[in-house]
Amino acid sequence: MSVLVLAEVDNGILSPATARVVAAASQLGPVDVLVVGPQSAADAAASIAGVAKVLVSDGSLLADSLTRLLLALTVRYQIVASAASTLGKDVMPRLAAKLDIQPVTDIVAIAAPNRFVRPIYAGNALETVEDSQAKHVLTFRASAFSPAAHGNAAPVEVLETPAHSAAKFIAAHRTESDIPDLATAQIVVGGGVSVGSAEGFQLIEKLGKTLGAAVGATRAAVDAGYAPNDWQVGQTGKIIAPDLYIAIGISGALQHLAGIQGAKKIIAINSDPEAPIVKISDVALIGDLFEIVPQLTAELEKLGLKR
Amino acid sequence: MKILVAVKRVVDHNVRIRVRPDGSGVETNGVRMSMNPFCKHAVEAAVQLAEAGQASEIVVVSIGPKASNDVILTALAMGAHRGILIETDAALETLAIAKLLAKVVDEEKPELVLLGKQAVDDDSNHVGQMLAALTDRPQATFASEIKLSGDQLEVTREVDYGRETVALPLPAIVTADLRLNTPRNAALPMVMKARSKPLAVRPAAEFGVDLTPRLKVEKVSPPPERVAGRTVGSVPELVAIIAADVNAMEAI
Ligand SMILES: Cc1cc2nc3c(=O)[nH]c(=O)nc-3n(C[C@H](O)[C@H](O)[C@H](O)COP(=O)(O)OP(=O)(O)OC[C@H]3O[C@@H](n4cnc5c(N)ncnc54)[C@H](O)[C@@H]3O)c2cc1C
Ligand SMILES: Nc1ncnc2c1ncn2[C@@H]1O[C@H](COP(=O)(O)O)[C@@H](O)[C@H]1O
Repeated sequence: MSVLVLAEVDNGILSPATARVVAAASQLGPVDVLVVGPQSAADAAASIAGVAKVLVSDGSLLADSLTRLLLALTVRYQIVASAASTLGKDVMPRLAAKLDIQPVTDIVAIAAPNRFVRPIYAGNALETVEDSQAKHVLTFRASAFSPAAHGNAAPVEVLETPAHSAAKFIAAHRTESDIPDLATAQIVVGGGVSVGSAEGFQLIEKLGKTLGAAVGATRAAVDAGYAPNDWQVGQTGKIIAPDLYIAIGISGALQHLAGIQGAKKIIAINSDPEAPIVKISDVALIGDLFEIVPQLTAELEKLGLKR
Repeated sequence: MKILVAVKRVVDHNVRIRVRPDGSGVETNGVRMSMNPFCKHAVEAAVQLAEAGQASEIVVVSIGPKASNDVILTALAMGAHRGILIETDAALETLAIAKLLAKVVDEEKPELVLLGKQAVDDDSNHVGQMLAALTDRPQATFASEIKLSGDQLEVTREVDYGRETVALPLPAIVTADLRLNTPRNAALPMVMKARSKPLAVRPAAEFGVDLTPRLKVEKVSPPPERVAGRTVGSVPELVAIIAADVNAMEAI
């Protein structure tokens, strides 16, 4: 079955999630990639192993026009897939409805070419579904799949720009930082509302910097204005799968745990030995984060662990 | 302006769910149910628009078993004017839900449809986008701010890179994220008053939509369990553990 993967492009740059989605989709058939973005992003996609062809368009990423672009292409493919990112979540169900297809989204494992595993109830259950429709619209949770290798040079075909969108893009509000991408980071340091202030959250950021880690936050910390919304980890935020997650002053609510189930190792720093996060962490240090974190950061700094 | 709000009855978000041992699904018998949290934000947004004089009527619709009446009543108590229950005991897929809602949009012709961004049972995050496709309306998903001026909607969306602002002409579809507002708890008099507001109950079959599922749910299983590891007593011990981990990572 031929697959069209919608690439994840942010600010003109191909995001690392794309190579992961290509790896997942390659299990289902030969993969072409659609890049809605600049030529440089298309070239980056063409270098991903397993990609047969890249289609590039300078159209918009707004759901209605992007759906129209994808719809025109679907005649050539049996499967259209993307990451379960905010882009994929926005456009793929719209595309599926236009095709009269029930999509399967947020796939974390492929049991067979038409059998997929997806989490439900904030990851507290896993559902295995069989999709025997003629065409498939799928989104993959990128962090659940290892990235495809690089070193390919697939041909790039330029598409015509599709019709305009009824919606109009007005402005992007980005969180400017040089911190690694949360969804694909190897180490993540997360902070909760108990840091007490935006200044308090800098303790978390500083520890993150020392380890070259991405920084995450709970919804409560974001709601309080201590951290930007795109740092939120959980059911409503980013899903992470680092080798190491350090949860600081985080209780471990169901909805937060939904985002960290893929972490290989969890370290908790919490003043409450009964906190739910402590019950599921591999290592816990019980105590006051305001005492522990500065000391921890200083000692790790001394070791020069930053990668 | 007329607003239609779609609300779903789900297992309450505070309940720790249990997967049935036979793998047939999640136990919902005898479990506390309530309005999907994201739908509450959608209702609140509609009520705030009405309070600001920007909406004249709010119609809420829920699709599900008879008991879904209770989430419609919650929405009516929050300030919605009229309810529609599309009754079915079948577990419907999101495409079927969107098709039923499209029929209601056809009948009611609301300028704005508000939905939650996702239902916290199946975590699908589909219906708003599908409804937008079926009704050929522009969409703004994951809204954290909605401003209406004339027949133009300005919506700030929470996206992976931060936030973005888009403008939509009405009629349009918007799905609510949690930072959109703080849903009110209806006071007792409002709860009493809700019972006298119109609530139409209509069987799903009446809409002429094919509700047959497209997917087959083979099984539902619990996720791998995580258990507590060890507790360390001091920062230096923790430093040693983290250092060892990081060094092992570099070796990969
Ligand atoms: C529909 C829905 C979706 C949601 N989605 C998300 C989501 O995506 N992500 C998310 O995170 N949440 C989400 N939530 C919210 C979630 O339920 C919790 O409210 C939230 O995760 C709690 O954040 P917290 O751990 O920072 O705060 P709290 O639960 O208040 O925990 C604070 C913790 O800090 C500890 N502590 C306090 N002081 C100190 C100290 N000095 N030193 C060390 N430890 C200390 C306490 O022991 C406690 O464990 C969602 C909720 C709903 C209803
Ligand atoms: N059975 C239903 N009845 C009414 N609205 C629903 C139903 N299912 C989903 N919705 C709406 O669609 C939103 C997204 O749900 P979902 O796509 O299922 O995650 C919900 O927040 C509701 O607003």
